[in-house]
Amino acid sequence: MKEIYLDNNATTKVDEAVFEEMRPYFCELYGNPSSMHFFGGQVQGKVVEARNRVAALLGASPDEIIFTACGTESDNAAIRSALEVFPDRRHVITSRVEHPAVLTQCRNLTQKGYRVTEIGVDGAGRLDMDELRGAVDDDTAIVSLMWANNETGVIFPVEEAAAIAKSKGALFHTDAVQAVGKIPINMADSRIDMLSVSGHKLHAPKGIGVLYLRRGTPYRPLLVGGHQERNRRAGTENAGAIIALGKACELAGQHMELENTQVKAMRDRLQKELMAAIPYARVNGDGADRLPNTTSIAFEFVEGESILMHLSERGICASSGSACTSGSLEPSHVLRAMGVPFTCAHGSIRFSLSRFNTEAEIDLVIRELPPIIHLLRQMSPFGREHLKAQQ
Amino acid sequence: MWDYTPIVKDHFLNPRNVGDIPDADAVGEVGSLACGDALKLYLKLDENKEKIVDAKFQTFGCASAIASSSALTEMVKGKTLDEALAISNQEIADFLGGLPEEKMHCSVMGQEALEAAVAKYRGHEVPAHSHDHGPAYPDQEGTIVCKCFGITDIFLKKVIETNHLTTAEQVTHFTKAGGGCGGCIPKIKELIDEVIGTRAEEPRKRPEKLSNMKKMQLIQEVLERDIRPLLWADGGDLELIDIDGSRVQVAFRKACAGCASSGNTARMVELKLRDLVAEDIVVEEVPA
Ligand code: FES
Repeated sequence: MKEIYLDNNATTKVDEAVFEEMRPYFCELYGNPSSMHFFGGQVQGKVVEARNRVAALLGASPDEIIFTACGTESDNAAIRSALEVFPDRRHVITSRVEHPAVLTQCRNLTQKGYRVTEIGVDGAGRLDMDELRGAVDDDTAIVSLMWANNETGVIFPVEEAAAIAKSKGALFHTDAVQAVGKIPINMADSRIDMLSVSGHKLHAPKGIGVLYLRRGTPYRPLLVGGHQERNRRAGTENAGAIIALGKACELAGQHMELENTQVKAMRDRLQKELMAAIPYARVNGDGADRLPNTTSIAFEFVEGESILMHLSERGICASSGSACTSGSLEPSHVLRAMGVPFTCAHGSIRFSLSRFNTEAEIDLVIRELPPIIHLLRQMSPFGREHLKAQQ
Repeated sequence: MWDYTPIVKDHFLNPRNVGDIPDADAVGEVGSLACGDALKLYLKLDENKEKIVDAKFQTFGCASAIASSSALTEMVKGKTLDEALAISNQEIADFLGGLPEEKMHCSVMGQEALEAAVAKYRGHEVPAHSHDHGPAYPDQEGTIVCKCFGITDIFLKKVIETNHLTTAEQVTHFTKAGGGCGGCIPKIKELIDEVIGTRAEEPRKRPEKLSNMKKMQLIQEVLERDIRPLLWADGGDLELIDIDGSRVQVAFRKACAGCASSGNTARMVELKLRDLVAEDIVVEEVPA
């Protein structure tokens, strides 16, 4: 069965061109970029090129790019560093809808005596800026807020948030793994101090990430024991993956417009048609500024895992904000923070597109999903009166 | 992705007995929208009000919840109410070829709905179905232990006891209690200790002499009660293939299958059976 892959916020296909770019750097050009011989030097040159390409996509300077193993490492490194450079500041701010890579770390800090504030969101997933303004104080070491939410695609006003953080001398970090490659980013014209990138969200392989570190920002490395990445991240460079990420960033730059026109148009059509065909549904984050590729729709009276399983039978890959798929029993913390009613929080499905999707695939989902929801509602003990009244 | 058996998938994709019975003799409801799963079970009895002649269900929930409901309706048909009540949640899971442990609460929900239906039919008090509370337990007052899912101590103890649960995590997998805020986990641990405490008070001795029939029964009992729960704790399982006199053939499943130390596990099973059933038992492992 050929897959119809609409789960690109989870991970993406490695672009063939990206794969070709990295292919020689495993069995042929396998030298260590730090070695003092021609063989390592050949790789070193490509790593430099990759760093330039990543910097170009972010509007950054190459020396501000630190290669890491993943977005999670970047998030951990950023927050931990801030606490080390400001040992007297004992307050950390994040949001209730962060990815666990940030949220878990922050929650663990409370056990170490830190004060942690989790800023809330409104029903559309928008950050409560007033709460943020009230929370930042002279004790705040770091404010870490995601650029775009992985479940709903809702975009936070990170520039404005950064300015608020800086006004009290705190560092500002943003987990931008969902935003990079999908919306334009220009660090040259920004107040953000640190930013996390994950390769596999933009058609590079898994196992490569970036921490952007603004020039002049005080920093303490997470990994020590090597001079790599200018002493900011020890460990032999994952040369093949770095080279791949460089190419992926170059391609992302070239496709940025497409993401915001064609991909967005497909997403909009998918959302509109599904909402038209299926009563008792709502778009999570509707009305907020959102990524062009993501839509999360909550269907009342049915449960997400059973929707996904039916979709999966038809080759359609999506994900859910429901409890059952993850093995946890409650709906996602993002939907709960947004106050999505329980009648539909368990029945949320996220579609996340990429430039590799086609109109025909979208057509198929528009055709296949409404009968699935209908079938499951027929089976559900809930909502029977509503649905009857509807007909 | 869950590792569902083909039987689970079949009962999910082609559920048997979906719908309602307008003149049902017994109706049992458990769960709620807030909990993430719910089951409404309808039973129709024969003229003498003895045997279940028809069963239907409506379920809101994940694939394994739908499959468990479908399995339950198939299993109860033709049974008397008492026979139906004797169905354990493990039997529902077994009917489906097994459920991932994290999904065992789906089989428990089936059994609960059945109990609720029968209790209501027999005129016992059944708390009204509520949309923001957890499962309703007939004839069981108890105190709520898990606020997130509205689950009482009496129910938890029963599930711990019948499924021989030993960790709080297992209790969450079987009942959902503890799977929300986690605030009730210390209390769940206390309940486990309590149940294990009473279990330890009645040490079982190996009987003196056994007929073949008795021996087979006892072997099965020990496997269910003493051995399988130990394997579950490590993500494994075993299946009894055959008993021939003192030769017991078992196959290991899940984490135990293909595990390098399954030889040791077979030995452990043997020792346990020798200890509790008969000296001469030999356990043989057959390929799963
Ligand atoms: S009280 Fe049991 S999980 Fe919250």
